[in-house]
Amino acid sequence: MIRRLVLWGWRRANEIWFVLRKPSVHFSLGFLTIGGFLAGIIFWGGFNTALELTNTEAFCISCHEMRDNVYEELKTTIHFTNRSGVRATCPDCHVPHKWTDKIARKMQASKEVWGKIFGTINTREKFVGLRRELAEHEWKRLKANDSLECRNCHNFEYMDFTRQNARAAAAHSTFLAAGEKTCIDCHKGIAHHLPDMQGVPGWDASELPPLEAPDDTASDDIRRLGEAMRNLPPAVAVAAQ
Amino acid sequence: MRGLCGLWLVAAVIGLASLSTNVAQAQDVKDLRGGVPPTEEVAPPVIYKEINDDKRRARNYPEQPPVIPHNIRDYPVTLNANKCLTCHTREFTAQSQAPMISITHFMDREGQTLATVTPRRYFCTQCHVTQAEAPDLVENQFVPIEEILRAFKQDGEAGEQAP
Repeated sequence: MIRRLVLWGWRRANEIWFVLRKPSVHFSLGFLTIGGFLAGIIFWGGFNTALELTNTEAFCISCHEMRDNVYEELKTTIHFTNRSGVRATCPDCHVPHKWTDKIARKMQASKEVWGKIFGTINTREKFVGLRRELAEHEWKRLKANDSLECRNCHNFEYMDFTRQNARAAAAHSTFLAAGEKTCIDCHKGIAHHLPDMQGVPGWDASELPPLEAPDDTASDDIRRLGEAMRNLPPAVAVAAQ
Repeated sequence: MRGLCGLWLVAAVIGLASLSTNVAQAQDVKDLRGGVPPTEEVAPPVIYKEINDDKRRARNYPEQPPVIPHNIRDYPVTLNANKCLTCHTREFTAQSQAPMISITHFMDREGQTLATVTPRRYFCTQCHVTQAEAPDLVENQFVPIEEILRAFKQDGEAGEQAP
């Protein structure tokens, strides 16, 4: 059965290949070249226009998942409304501007179509439940591309530290200038609400690397104490509280 | 039936009386619209800019929650995240050079000192506020203790010199 199917497919493919490599009989060379050129413009232009259409805020918020959650949150932030009226739209931060990167991101975004079809975040509860995971995707992406989308507008080369306040200037002239940190490391949740930040470096103090113990015996003591406290019988543990 | 009528009458009298006192009170209370009728647009009050110079202000009395000398627009202080604590928590102060939240913030309501900020002290802007260069909304009659002591001292000196 499978052999017959494969054989049938092979024959069809052969037939198509035969037609393809045959020289044209009815159409002139002029028609084929000019027609091909025009068809190229139409299809390529059409593709790009459709692509750009999906790259607008209007397209993003045509789904209630985006309109009722993340877009509502964006509205109160400085990236939506501010003194000069320059604003960022969804794709400004979430889609790279360079064509190849954009296509790569768009291919990734086919997962989002899947999510839309199967209703992965079609209620507020589902969205809030997935917020940490979704946020982490974006943090990871921006960390990996050195906050490329931020830098499309906020160019480090043209930052005037004297126009920043002391805290900002100190952080930008050290950690950012040295390349130790990138925008997203500190500026999380600037356009949308944050998920539970437990365990996120810079937000959860318990995530800091442990202080260096002065000597081994001291750290051993601390470890033994920790173990002893963990191994307390429940009754003692309750009494200790 | 007659009894019911009487009851209605009493209710009506009480209602009228309370209405008239309400009207009298309403005339004393200055509403936020400044007496402009609801059909007309009111010019909103100016929103003054937050002071953002990172200079510490002296407290007017020792228990005063220190004021915030920087911008806190869009700083989340929610169940999920607390932006203030990303600088003012003990562990982060070395990196941020921000003042540490005081030890009183570690104490729960039984006076038990915990390892970190207690839930009742979590909502920073309940006590700590940003500042603006703005005219006072109401006259401030606060007198710091130093001034009172100085006044007492001067009074005493005047008293000694009098006889």
